[in-house]
Amino acid sequence: MSTRLARGGRLIDRTKAVGFSFNGKQMRGFAGDTLAAALLANDQMLVGRSFKYHRPRGIVASGAEEPNALMNMGVGGRFEPNQRATTTEVFEGLRATSQNHWPSLEFDVGVVNNLAARFLPGGFYYKTFMYPRAAWKHVFEPIIRKSAGLGRAPKGHDSDRYEQAYAFCDILVAGGGMAGLQAALTAGQAGKRVLILEQTAHWGGRAIIDGDDAAREWIAATVQALGAMDNVRMRLRCMAAGVYDHGYVLADEKVADHTPGDGRPKHRLWRIRAERIIAATGAIERPLSFAGNDIPGVMLASAVRDYVVGFGVSPGDRTVVVTNNDDAYHTAIALVEAGLAVPCIVDARAQASGALVDRARALGIRVEQGRAIAKVRGGKRVTGVALCMQAGEGAILAEIACEAVAMSGGWSPVVHLWSHCGGKLVWDEAQGHFRPDATRPPTGHDGAGMVVCVGAANGEGLAQPEPVWIMPQGAGTALKTKMWLDYQNDVKVSDVQLAAREGYESVEHTKRYTTLGMATDQGKLSNINGLAVLAGALNSTIPQVGTTTFRPPYTPVVFGALAGESRGEIFQPMRGTPIHAWHEAHGAYFEPVGLWRRPYCFPRGGENHAQAVEREILNTRANVGLLDASTLGKIIVKGPDAGRFLDMLYTGVMSTLGVGKCRYGLMCNENGFLSDDGVVIRLSEDSWLCHTTTGGADRIHAHMEDWLQCEWWDWQVYTANVTEQYAQIAVAGPKARKVLEALGGIDVSAEAMPFMTFADGVLGGMPVRVHRISFSGELSYEIAVAAGQGRALWDRLVEAGAAFGVMPYGTEAMHIMRAEKGFVMIGDETDGTVVPQDLNLGWAISKKKADYLGKRGQERAYLARADRWKLAGFETLDGSVIPDGAYIIAEGMNGNGQRNTQGRVTSTYYSPTLKKGIAMGLIVGGLDRMGDQVEFNTVAGGTVRARVVDPVFYDKEGVQQNV
Amino acid sequence: MSESVSALGGASFDGFVAVREIGPLGMISLRVKPGVAGLDRAIREVVGTGVPAQRRIEVLGDRAVAWMSPDELLLILPYRDTETAMATIGSMLAGQHHLAAVVSDARAVFRIEGAKADQVIAKLCPVDMDRLAEGEVRRTRAAQVAAAFWRQGEGVTLVCFRSVAPYVMGLLKHSAMVGSELE
Repeated sequence: MSTRLARGGRLIDRTKAVGFSFNGKQMRGFAGDTLAAALLANDQMLVGRSFKYHRPRGIVASGAEEPNALMNMGVGGRFEPNQRATTTEVFEGLRATSQNHWPSLEFDVGVVNNLAARFLPGGFYYKTFMYPRAAWKHVFEPIIRKSAGLGRAPKGHDSDRYEQAYAFCDILVAGGGMAGLQAALTAGQAGKRVLILEQTAHWGGRAIIDGDDAAREWIAATVQALGAMDNVRMRLRCMAAGVYDHGYVLADEKVADHTPGDGRPKHRLWRIRAERIIAATGAIERPLSFAGNDIPGVMLASAVRDYVVGFGVSPGDRTVVVTNNDDAYHTAIALVEAGLAVPCIVDARAQASGALVDRARALGIRVEQGRAIAKVRGGKRVTGVALCMQAGEGAILAEIACEAVAMSGGWSPVVHLWSHCGGKLVWDEAQGHFRPDATRPPTGHDGAGMVVCVGAANGEGLAQPEPVWIMPQGAGTALKTKMWLDYQNDVKVSDVQLAAREGYESVEHTKRYTTLGMATDQGKLSNINGLAVLAGALNSTIPQVGTTTFRPPYTPVVFGALAGESRGEIFQPMRGTPIHAWHEAHGAYFEPVGLWRRPYCFPRGGENHAQAVEREILNTRANVGLLDASTLGKIIVKGPDAGRFLDMLYTGVMSTLGVGKCRYGLMCNENGFLSDDGVVIRLSEDSWLCHTTTGGADRIHAHMEDWLQCEWWDWQVYTANVTEQYAQIAVAGPKARKVLEALGGIDVSAEAMPFMTFADGVLGGMPVRVHRISFSGELSYEIAVAAGQGRALWDRLVEAGAAFGVMPYGTEAMHIMRAEKGFVMIGDETDGTVVPQDLNLGWAISKKKADYLGKRGQERAYLARADRWKLAGFETLDGSVIPDGAYIIAEGMNGNGQRNTQGRVTSTYYSPTLKKGIAMGLIVGGLDRMGDQVEFNTVAGGTVRARVVDPVFYDKEGVQQNV
Repeated sequence: MSESVSALGGASFDGFVAVREIGPLGMISLRVKPGVAGLDRAIREVVGTGVPAQRRIEVLGDRAVAWMSPDELLLILPYRDTETAMATIGSMLAGQHHLAAVVSDARAVFRIEGAKADQVIAKLCPVDMDRLAEGEVRRTRAAQVAAAFWRQGEGVTLVCFRSVAPYVMGLLKHSAMVGSELE
């Protein structure tokens, strides 16, 4: 039985009891406990079932390397799967449940997999589920995922909030143990800006447990000294998760994991730019591979020490220590000093000597040299061990009853932060571990090493083990199939050896074939043992086999922290016009246009969207409509060379445009493809205002600056993107003029303001610019007003327009009305492969200009070809609407057995004005095909017949817009 | 004549710092090369300060001028004074290549006030606040949108585009919530 000791526990506060539950069972712990410590204090040794075989699993470690004790934590909006009990601080009301078992942790039917283990060897899935191919997705994978797996993903919204923060420092110290504290102190005293991070809730690392009083005093004094330095910042519960280029580090701070619901952010992701990174990340103890090393009660020797000394928890009355190095003797001594029994230290080395060994012997602890554990007795918990000779094959020499086994296979430096950005490792034969190769560090922006490992992370001060990769060394198959390498993914010594026999030589391939080190712990315990076994099986050496790649994050980081503040209302910036609130108040149905939300239509009463759109169009054509066109891009272009510049940017001529006049223009990219369009107005002798599409505002401004800064840097032109300075409202319809006249102030008569002109003035008391332009085909004014007065103007127009039947219309009505007029839309008629000539827009291309952007591209043979798909209108014979994206089919099949095509639809709508389906599209021959009948494919299969017609369906003469 | 209204109508939030939308402020974007004849005089006339050096902002009372790029300044002044200022700039830079545009309504302005205002910025902008000099203006981003800010009084003034004002207010509220102080 594991239990709480009467005394001791350097990390806990015995005056503060804490109640929590595990699988519904109420338990008690102390403040300062990790959940793992508190579970052991309550004799909960069995904490989960293994991934594949559903074997009983207990707590193995005491830190981030823990593979087994993964819990479902919390409930409802605070439910989180796969939380490590060893790094979770216990708090009042904590609710944890175990994972991967059914129907219960104690009785799990999946354990039949364990009995069938010989039928589930490494690569089993690859070998078994090959055929039929489709079955993988629909049959095998769902079943396997159900039977093998860890926690379930949460289904509801996360109740907590998260945030991110930026930090900058000269020296980032990852790890708050003695090495890290010393590094921070040195750097701090040298005046460097220091940030020191510690993943646990206390400073001092292992020295709190293993150090003497002097060490602990030094820690307290150093923490105090650092805290007093203005240039040093310290953060507990903050793990450096990954190192990236140029000293960029991500760190995950568990701000409120242990105080849920207190209103603080649960996690904070730090985005740190550090000049230099000091990795004081310590080392991780390795398990030993003996049969039954996964039975609950078998733990790392250092973890046993942590529980006894740090938390005052006994793993059991009798603990057998098994080791290949001196370090585990610390554990035996600690146990005995705590009043517990150590029946035996099983030392695999033929000769054990040294100060620690002597001290253990002096305490009367039996030390068996050259011995090994043949097997661990027990099922859901350890009941004893059988000893054998390490040199032999496992013949049992003795049985020892015990409740726990403390194992130590030596230590591996935590080199993750060193390796994330390319730092290389060297195999230290004497130390039996990979450590950083100081001659090949990850390099920063200046070419110098940007990470330095110190202390145990650099392989310093670790006990020298004798290489023991399999225990006993001559173990047969029966034992090796019970020697776990990777606890979390259920990979055994026999699996890796099988992979080697089957021809896997690369460690990266073996990893994927056996899934060694691929679980959430990323092989923190299993990696070195696994590749040592592989090296042995390949008759190679460990450095020759090499390691797998270390990738960030060091331990899993929750998505919430990565998303930070980007949730809910602020998931993404949502742009709204100055009139947005009115739209919302009037039931607008919005559509996203880039990051803008624009009203698609304004349904009234019980209308559906199609009915609303129809009403809006008919009303605009009969009376007057209002469109919020504020999102259109508006860019001022000014300077002595502005005219010349615009003549290069647009296919038409803008330099000759008269002041006060408007002209429609097309912009192409260098390859000749149509990129944007809009109305350009000339403000003064040397300044123009270019309207762009909504999506083009920033893009075209950047395009202009690109050409001005990189190519025509000596041209005297300035641009200013004033898109958001103005609200812009289109007043369109036969009664538009009457509405403006009702507001009064500016003369909008046909004589004073003819089509394609503009004027500055006052309308309803507001300074405005009125443009007489039309995208709907009706008499139309686009009124620009300072954004801060946009809503006021809109309200006035609604009010004044009431007498004339004014109604707002949305983007869909706008789209349909322009299609009825045969006006092209960037993004509908264009897709980056269309030149203006394809759209019969030759009239907007100057033939006289020597050059413009896109001219040479358009002269290339492919783009100038006569048989390109060109714009035409289409009407179905039955009046139906051609489906979006439909192709015009042609005779025969292509090389892929697909039907040949001769064109496609680009815009297709039901026209409320014409009471039938209308469409624009591209077809070989374009307008030359007028009168032809063609067939469009449909989504449902089959085709729909249509006639090629003029794309201007409504008011071809332009009578409506010219009144 | 209707009053111009700010994007959020002066919305505010009290967290570990006070956040409030201010404005509308008068703003003029002035594109001009430094050293152009008449520029110093125009800035002196409109703002009352000299032309700011690279990455600097010159403040005088309720007026300021900020360096935005090698050939762009941002003039800040009372909203109603932009017309006069534009006329002054126009006359003093007459004949010199420049572009002045009123952008008062294109922007939203926030004040983040309190001793820990820097911490709110540190959560949203990739800026080393320790190294931000006195009188420095920083063009950067706040989470996903463009922003500029400078320290003024006990706090920070932050400018963003008008259309994203609700988003930026959301960011500031989220980052200023009590209990989420960085230190």
